[in-house]
Parts: sequence; C-alpha cells; structure tokens
Amino acid sequence: MLSRVADSLYWMSRYLERAENTVRQLDVTMSLLLDTGGSSPEVRWQRMMASLGKPAGMEWKDDLDAMARSLVFDSLNHVSVTFCVNWARENARQVREEISTEQWQRLNRLYHQMHSPHTQTQFRSNINDALASIVDGIHLFKGVSDTTMIHGQGWQFMRLGRYLERAYATATLLEVYQPEVFHGQDREHSGYQYLELVGLLRCCTSFEAYCQEYTADLASDRILEFLLLNRDFPHAIRYCVDSMRHAVESVQRTGGRRAPEELTSVIGRLHAMLSFTTISDILSGNPAAFLHNIREQCMTIHELIYRYYVHYSIQSALAV
Amino acid sequence: MSAGLPIEMDTLFGDYPLDRAFDEMREPGGELREHYRALAETLAGLPAEELQRRKQSADLSFLTQGITFTVYGRDEGTERIFPYDLLPRIITAQEWDRIERGLTQRITALNLFLRDVYFDAKILNDRVVPRELVYSCKHYRRQMRGLQVPRNVYISVVGSDLLRLNTGEFVVLEDNLRVPSGVSYMLTNRRVMKRTFPQLFHSYGVRPIEHYPQVLLATLRSLAPEGRPEPNIVLLTPGVFNSAYFEHTYLARQMGIDLVEGRDLVTHDNMVYMRTTDGLKRVDVIYRRVDDDFSDPLVFRGDSILGCGGLFNAYRAGNVTVTNAFGTGLADDKALYAYVPSIIKYYLNEDPILPNVKTFLLTEDKERQHVLANLDKLVVKAVGESGGYGMLIGTQSTARQREEFARQIEANPRNYIAQPTLDFSRAPCLIGNHLEPRHVDLRPYILFGDKVNIVPGGLTRVALEKGSLVVNSSQGGGSKDTWVLEQ
Repeated sequence: MLSRVADSLYWMSRYLERAENTVRQLDVTMSLLLDTGGSSPEVRWQRMMASLGKPAGMEWKDDLDAMARSLVFDSLNHVSVTFCVNWARENARQVREEISTEQWQRLNRLYHQMHSPHTQTQFRSNINDALASIVDGIHLFKGVSDTTMIHGQGWQFMRLGRYLERAYATATLLEVYQPEVFHGQDREHSGYQYLELVGLLRCCTSFEAYCQEYTADLASDRILEFLLLNRDFPHAIRYCVDSMRHAVESVQRTGGRRAPEELTSVIGRLHAMLSFTTISDILSGNPAAFLHNIREQCMTIHELIYRYYVHYSIQSALAV
Repeated sequence: MSAGLPIEMDTLFGDYPLDRAFDEMREPGGELREHYRALAETLAGLPAEELQRRKQSADLSFLTQGITFTVYGRDEGTERIFPYDLLPRIITAQEWDRIERGLTQRITALNLFLRDVYFDAKILNDRVVPRELVYSCKHYRRQMRGLQVPRNVYISVVGSDLLRLNTGEFVVLEDNLRVPSGVSYMLTNRRVMKRTFPQLFHSYGVRPIEHYPQVLLATLRSLAPEGRPEPNIVLLTPGVFNSAYFEHTYLARQMGIDLVEGRDLVTHDNMVYMRTTDGLKRVDVIYRRVDDDFSDPLVFRGDSILGCGGLFNAYRAGNVTVTNAFGTGLADDKALYAYVPSIIKYYLNEDPILPNVKTFLLTEDKERQHVLANLDKLVVKAVGESGGYGMLIGTQSTARQREEFARQIEANPRNYIAQPTLDFSRAPCLIGNHLEPRHVDLRPYILFGDKVNIVPGGLTRVALEKGSLVVNSSQGGGSKDTWVLEQ
C-alpha cells in the first residue's frame, strides 16, 4: 500500500475517533451541569478542556452555550467536532479509490450533517439529540468500514489510528480525573460524587459494561482498573494497545519486507506493562506518572509508525 | 413547424426550431430521422411527470456517486455535478464506421509524424511541414530528440473532438494528444442511462463501451519496458485539487491500479519507485495525467511540485514507460493542425477520411490580411490553449475585443489561427417538459498500444445554454450518453 494512502487512512480514522471523544465529553459535561450541586460550570469546563488536551482559544468565557457551539461547530477551532469531521473527509477524499463507496457516502453525509442549518437548530433546541445523531453518524461509518472494506493493510492502519487516538485520549482523561476522583477514596459517596463517577464512565461509553463486570457499585479503584486493565472492553487502554499490536502484526504479515522491530518492541512493552500489573500496584505507586507514561509511549508509537511506514529514508528502504 | 409529426409529439416538440444547422433528430423538413423514431415515440408516450421523475432519479444517482468536477477559485461547494441530459445521442453503424476508420487513420499518421520529427525529420526536409512551425511550437521538447519510446507509440490515449457540419459530415476540430479527460463521464452516463431507459436501450441494440478501463489497462501493459512481464502500472494524478480528480480515482479503481501523486514517487539509479508501507516498489508504467511542464522539475518547470525529480532520466534509460510520451502536444498545436491532411498523405499515401475545418495560418501574409479584414465573421484561437480559453468568437465580439486581438495577431502571428464560425449540429435535449435543440460535439476516446482501439461511442458534450456554441464543462456545458448502433 502507498505510504501516503496509509497515512491518510490512519488520520481519517484518528480524526473521527477524536470527534467522537469530543462529542461524548461535551455530552457528559452538559448533563452534569444540570445538577446545580458539586463543582461550578467553570471548573467542569476547565476539566473537560484539560482532558481534551488544553486546546488554545477555548478558555472559559462565561457563555456556556456559545462555547459549546464553538466546540462543536467552529471549523477554525482545531478540537471542534466539525474540524475533525472536515479533516477526516479531506483525508478520505484523497484516498477515494481505496475506501468503499459506502464508507465515502457515510462520511460525506456526516460532513453535510455537520454543515447543515438543521443540526445547528437541533443543537439549540435539544443538545443531547443533536450530539447523539452525530455519534450515530460516526458509528455508521465505523460499521460500514468493518463490513465493506477489505481487512487488509488499509483497514489495519485505520485500526491503528483509532486505537492509538483512543488510548491516548483515555489516558489523558484518567490523568485529569485522577487527583479529584481517586484521592477521595475514603470520602462518603454523595449523590453528586456518584454522578461524577457515572460521568467519567460515560465519557468512555463504559457505564453499562462496568456494571456488568462489577455491578453498579461504583468504586474509583475499580473504575480505574476497568478503564486501564480490562482485556475485553474496547475502550479500556489495555484492549486498545492489544489491538494496535495485532494491527502492526497484520501489516507485517501481509507486507513483511521489513520487520518494524522497534515499533513492535515499544508496543509490546506497553502491552506487558498493562497485562502484568494489578490496580493495587498502580495505586500504591504513582498513578499520575503511570498514566503520563502511557501517553508518552503512545506518542513514541505514533512516531515509529511514521518512521517505518511513511517517512522512511530511501537508503533504509533500499538496504533491504 | 411540426410538419410530419403525430399529434402527441406536438407538445413534446413545442418549441423546436430547425434552421441551417444539422439536426441530429430531424430532417430539414421536420420529419424524424429513422434512427430517432423509436426514441421520440417512447418519450411522447410517457406522461410528463414520469419524464421528470426519471430525470430526477438520474441526477440523484450522479450526486450520490459523487460524480463531480472541481470548479477553480471557490472555497465552499467547489465540487459540482456535471449536468447530464437524459436523451441519448444516436449514431448509426454506418456513420460510426467512417468515424472509426477516419480516427484510426489520423492517429496512426500523427504518431508517425511525432516519431519522424523526433528522429530524422524527413517531413521537414521534404518541406511538407514548415520547419519553423515545429521548432517554434512551445510543446516541442528537444529532450525527446532520438529518444526511443516503447513500440514507437507516442500517443496511446487520445480524445479527438469532432463536429458535424450542416452537410451532415463529421470533421475533426481538435486532436487532444496530451492528457484528454472526460472518459469517466462517458462510462457513468452509460450506467445511468441503462437504469433510466432499460427497455428502450435494449430495443435499440447499442454497442457496449463498458470495457474501456480493461482496454486501457491492456494498452498500458502492452507498453511496459522489456523484461517486465508483470508490470506495476500506476496512474499519476496532480492531486485532489485537479478538476479531473474524480476521473483519476475512478479510472484507477476500475483498472485496479494505484493512484499516485508526485510525492509518492522517488527515483534512484534511473529507476522509479513508489513509497509503500512495505518499502519502495518499482514502477514500470505511468499513465500520466500531469502535463509535460509539471512532470519532472529537473527537466521541465523547476518550480513544479506535482511531478517527480529524475523521472525523465529513468524514462530516457527505458526503465519506465510514461504515457502519453512527452512532447506530443506538438502534434495538436492548432497551427500544425492545418497540415494534418498533408501529414496523412505524406505517411500513409491516403486521403483523409475525416476532413479538417478550414484553418487560416496567420504567419502567411495573404491569409493574415484576409483574417484581419474579416475578424467579425471568424473564430480566432491561440494555438497552445485548450478548454475554450484564449478565443475570439467574431460574431459575438465587440469592436474593442476585435481591436485587441488584431493587435495581438500582428505582434505574434505564430500564436494564433483563425477558422470560420461553424454551424455545427444540434441534438434534442430535455429542457423543462419539452425538447429543444442544443449544439453538440463528440469526443471519442482512442487507445493505441499494440494497435488502435476505439470503444464505440464517446462523450457527447452539449452547450446547454440556448444558442451557445461552447460545450466545455468549465463554461456551462453538459453531456449526453452516446449510442452507437449495432446496425
């Protein structure tokens, strides 16, 4: 597969994952704000911005509606949902011949949905419905991607993009929530704190999955365990890393002229770090550093993907 | 006006003027031409709403398939649908036979001409074509001198523009020998047409064109460098901002080959490689949709980032085939065009089957005087331009425009030619609820590998604006499906 094409598919997928993450966090934050107790709107907004990576130009401005609108629709704002969808589509357009017609049509529809006045009106009248229908659009795209595209290298690069983005975003989210939620273990469970914990889980669409695993008894260490170390839940970081490992192995199997040794070892190390530990080990050590380390390793993985598959030197490729 | 038509066709032909221009559907007296009769009867038998419904469903099908072209210079909504007219343009087997023979003859001769000019230049020594006309052409590439191209084929993908004059005769207006486009519309028009009028299509016995991508692939494969039995063939596109990008992706997908951009290619030791996730992969044949000028910054324009540095050296070494070859624009220079009949005669010793349009060369004193005196009746074109740019249509011009052109002609006569204003043919189009005639041309697509291959049909372009003579998509043109009948 052409390096440029792999690059575009990888980013198309990353941007959509990012868009979905932003929508979910906004949705959770807006519904937490309905309960007047607990933290102030400003604190919540700042927390959300921190877990979206502290984007520039999104500082608290005392007009929640305008800010929420900007986070969704402002195409000049680099974290906005519209910005991400625009770029996902732009990447898709450049590899139009590599993706299926169904994928293109879904993504195109999502793009037009983001730009239609109807969505903006809906956003004003019922923000939850508007956000839900955006997430629907993204899910439909993922669905047709899985069912209409050859599960070859291109699909694997899409997986790489999706899970890398997700692992990074979840690690950031946990790092932000960590001092607040995980240091209050001996505190009484108030109704507000319960809502906070549900919110955290819902940011990762994992409330129901958590309940199935641990019942609705929300405990911060279990939540951390679930989102970090669960092997079978697609939003858990361990699952994401595992998926990246499989994706790289598949790329290697189908192409296979050059073994991306450094890349496999970094992913393998991260995978081992998450597989052979317990939550009490993490909590007795330095959980913040642990999460930060995950993020750094994700960035290294991204760089190595580029070094092996996209921006390699001619000399290194000819040597094989 | 509607003499000879049954009553129910009266409404269909409500406002359908016939005049000097050849009408594809009707005789000068108003009667339907035999091969259009079944179409007209089918249309007259349909309720008006049904016709509209089919039109809408055809339009929708173009939209959802994303069959669009890019309009330059606009920020949002730069992708537009190419307007499609519901009614087919019908060409009889006999007419097609002549077109096919004529184009084969013409392309064969032009290819021999290119080979000759870039090697021995016999035709110039024999003074059949003036030497200075060739060497002053801006598409002449001295780098091609003595360079052996595979199978001696310079022009493997051609899209010639034909017009039908009021005598009913087809003439060649232009030979597009560089990077002709539009073939994807020919293919998609047919797909939509088959869905819109299935029974009518079936009853007509139309010759198929759907195998074009396969023939193109076979053509490209036949031109691969020696010793590469499984050649890696790619389509080189300028990228997503090119107006024909849809077509590039479409053809790459239909042929199952990689669509590459200049930045995907690297050269090393006179080999061309593409960067893949598995490392560098050698490229054997490049179907190039990038102009000469932008193909290799080391040889042609140094500021181009669309091509690939070192490509020309690899080409010269015979390690990669690039098609069409470089420097083919020489043979579709509008001034050289006037010599094509002599070129055919010179190489093939045959008379041209498809005639040229009368062309005045402004480098000849007598012809220039005549043209300058009659600017208001003639069409003046810049020789190196295409797509309807750099043109003066005398009958529709202002005195100021004519003065401006006269000045430019005097300053640089080699840069212009003049032709009479052509009364080319019109075909019925669905305008609102009824039919109206609009001017059409025909662009058949010719492939030349081990032999000349023309899929029966082509793209019929329509000047959708009433009275307009300009069929270019960038200037309000549309298109029609083109049916070549079995018999």
